[in-house]
Amino acid sequence: MNQPKKRERINDATPALNAPYLLWSLLFIVAPLAMVAVYAFLGQNNTFSLDVFRSLFATADGRRMWGKVFGDSLLYALAATVICLGLAFPLAHFMAAGRARAQRTMMMLIMVPMWMNFLICTYSWRTILETHGVINSFLSWLRLPGLKLLNTPGAVVLGMVYNYLPFMILPVYSVMSKLNPSLVEAAQDLGANRRAVLFRVTVPLSLPGVVSGIIMVFVPSVSTFYISQKLGGKGSLIGDAIEAQFMVPDYGKGAALSLILMAIILVCMMAMRRFSDGEEGSFIA
Amino acid sequence: MEKDIVIDLKNVSVAFDGEPVLKDLNLYIRNREFITLLGPSGCGKTTTLRIIAGFLEPDGGDVVFDGKSCLGLPPHKRPVNTIFQRYALFPHLNVAKNVAFGLKLMRLPKDEIEARVAEMLRLVSLKGFERRTVASLSGGQQQRVAIARALAIKPRVLLLDEPLGALDLKLRKDMQMELKNIQQQLGITFIYVTHDQEEALSMSDTIVVMDDGEIQQIGTPKDVYDEPKNAFVADFIGESNILDGVMLGDYLVRFAGMTFRCVDKGFERNEKVDVVVRPEDIVIVAPGAGVLQGVITSATFKGVHYEYIVDVQGFKWLIQSTELHKAEDLIGLHIKPDEIHVMKKSKYSDEVGDYSSYSDEFDELSNPNVEEDGEEE
Amino acid sequence: MKKQKGAFSAIYSALILLFLYAPMGVMVWFSFNASNSTATFAGFSLRWYGALLENPDAQNALRNTLVLALLAASVSVALGTAAALGIDRLRKHWVRALLLHITNLPLMNPEIVTGISMMLLFVFGAKLLHLDSPLGFGSLLIAHITFCLPYVILSVLPKLRQTDPHLAEAAQDLGCSRMQAFFKVVLPAISTGVVSAFLMAFTISLDDFVISNFTNGPSFQTLPLYIYSMTKKRVKPDMYALSSLIFVAIFVLLLLSNWAQARAEKRATKKEG
Repeated sequence: MNQPKKRERINDATPALNAPYLLWSLLFIVAPLAMVAVYAFLGQNNTFSLDVFRSLFATADGRRMWGKVFGDSLLYALAATVICLGLAFPLAHFMAAGRARAQRTMMMLIMVPMWMNFLICTYSWRTILETHGVINSFLSWLRLPGLKLLNTPGAVVLGMVYNYLPFMILPVYSVMSKLNPSLVEAAQDLGANRRAVLFRVTVPLSLPGVVSGIIMVFVPSVSTFYISQKLGGKGSLIGDAIEAQFMVPDYGKGAALSLILMAIILVCMMAMRRFSDGEEGSFIA
Repeated sequence: MEKDIVIDLKNVSVAFDGEPVLKDLNLYIRNREFITLLGPSGCGKTTTLRIIAGFLEPDGGDVVFDGKSCLGLPPHKRPVNTIFQRYALFPHLNVAKNVAFGLKLMRLPKDEIEARVAEMLRLVSLKGFERRTVASLSGGQQQRVAIARALAIKPRVLLLDEPLGALDLKLRKDMQMELKNIQQQLGITFIYVTHDQEEALSMSDTIVVMDDGEIQQIGTPKDVYDEPKNAFVADFIGESNILDGVMLGDYLVRFAGMTFRCVDKGFERNEKVDVVVRPEDIVIVAPGAGVLQGVITSATFKGVHYEYIVDVQGFKWLIQSTELHKAEDLIGLHIKPDEIHVMKKSKYSDEVGDYSSYSDEFDELSNPNVEEDGEEE
Repeated sequence: MKKQKGAFSAIYSALILLFLYAPMGVMVWFSFNASNSTATFAGFSLRWYGALLENPDAQNALRNTLVLALLAASVSVALGTAAALGIDRLRKHWVRALLLHITNLPLMNPEIVTGISMMLLFVFGAKLLHLDSPLGFGSLLIAHITFCLPYVILSVLPKLRQTDPHLAEAAQDLGCSRMQAFFKVVLPAISTGVVSAFLMAFTISLDDFVISNFTNGPSFQTLPLYIYSMTKKRVKPDMYALSSLIFVAIFVLLLLSNWAQARAEKRATKKEG
């Protein structure tokens, strides 16, 4: 029985473990993204062309319209991101300073809305903001004049802030809660007052959490289509445009708009990475 | 074939990514032997152990257990067990269940398992720790659990991969004694891997000095210390003054500008050699009374003895002596013929120098207690 | 001074919570509305909860969602755990970096892009294979597995890093085959990661609307898709009743897990002492 022995590492199952996932991710992550590019650049006779992009921006009207769509999307998303950061940072700071039990309870209370169906929660805001909704009923009970709240840009930003605020709170909190308390003491020891501690120690060290929070709020905000439709009246953001193209369906245009959206996000992220010195926090819920 | 050989490695070679780790290694291990693979980081000792355990298949050569090749045999079918560097205790099981792990796989009856677990925990002095979680144990206790777990299934051979590396000095010394006792008590073969030469010298029946994927010397601790085969072994084990010399003929060697009588023979006439003199074998005499004379450049009290660096015509010697001298003193050096050890020239000859850069700190740096992670993996 | 600060942070936290829970409050309140309006409250009634019991579409959608989430979570946990094991053992750094980058893609990409990209693939694939309707349960399941996978890998991988790399070898050394070593030793060691990966995948699949919206067909409807189709028209309080039930379920579940965690921690600290 002198068969030629297999000279492989007995324990090396690595390829067998990696192969299925590699195959899956190539087929269902990489290939679909390639398809987007293919459809966006597909010409009349199956050749590479820029026709789709050209048709979007051919006329002055088209340029104005798409300019507004992209501009509004960016503006709303930026506003939502800034507001989320403004609301989340103090909260995360307070939470991290609280007792363990209080921290855990707060975490839970913040996570419940995340698990809720975002469609129905967004729709509920209509009930609150409507002409005869909760807020306006309250105002008329106070004999104050009613406000137009629904179908305004403000309502869209509110919807974004509402839906994505937990995604800002959690990463910022998770970084802050792991900050070594002796760093704060060291800063105080070296003569920093509360303000200096906050801006020279806490804020810089929370930056990784802030960066991932910004990404997690900005990306879904800039690409949303439901919030703008339900709270903004008619959907007029880039997500709405993409959805509309795929419902027509005009795959080419939809794919081209998606590529532009990805490019915008990529540019924003690169700008931010530059700003945060390449530090990037990772957040896993 | 010699009798009573358990494991025989024949022409074993391994390369990782084209980088040879073991080069044509030949080694046999006798039954009931305490054998130590000794060498610096990356010398191939852990790789050798992993090949015996079956975690690694060699690229070439054969591994023979009791006269039968076991190439391709998975680890769980080999009559050997391993104590891992960081113990690899199962965190989800308590102490007793860790020890019982292998026994349960053997499907022994429950009462037998319980009896064996109790016996093993008694052996490693951990009686009463049965229900403790692994995480609640100290490093030394975890070490004992690992030993009990491996010994529970009565292996023919126990492989120990730097088992004491993570323990502090005092505990390490105690465990050395205990391991040696356990080995003698149970009469099983221990293959022990370490980079600590003192550990190797004090515990082993046989030491295998390795470097660069090759065996440099195999022998008893006394052989390896007294008769190092080359400059690497002389340098790695203990302290040595290693000088360039020339063999003038049988029993006659010239080094340090002088001719000495020695006990070595069988070299060619005028063959260049390395000469080893251990620091404790040099006798300090009055200036002019010895063959050599030099000036003490530093003197350090070491508790049992003094350690002197002595400059003899530019070569810095290390000398250990119980006599008190001061720095700057002029002294004579006397070396008896049987304290001079002559070795063939090797690739290590150029790497060893004198003690001009010697200091205690340097000594510690070159002898780290814990090897770096991922060595030889 | 300190007390003041504590009061301020408590009020601030309460205001944020009020904001986060306002729609839920409205939802629960109007689910008891006697009229079919979601704007004006006409009186207390349980009629919309009754209506749910007689709504086969909603029940069907709920069943579909649970089946889909269970399948997607199971497959993605199996595939993702294997992948995490593989990635953890990879020695070549660039292969590992490449795999992790691909894994991160669906997390970084907007959901709408992930959704339409998969839709395009399915449409294209159907054309290639001459299938009639590319979108349905199959495409939905593939899409859900795909967007669950990164979460599984990223929650199992850190657990693997924390475990002793020699655990599996130690088990094999003591008599386990490679499979036994995985199930008896490695899996228990990373079990918290695997369980949380499963729960995460399950809830993400349960809740997904955007990607499902582009990859499902008319033949198979999930709860989020059903709710979406309902909110296209003016919503009746029955949707609020449904969501209130979901809300209560989530709240109870999280409360339970929070309680279990607190108890486990308490026990752990007791043991240490």
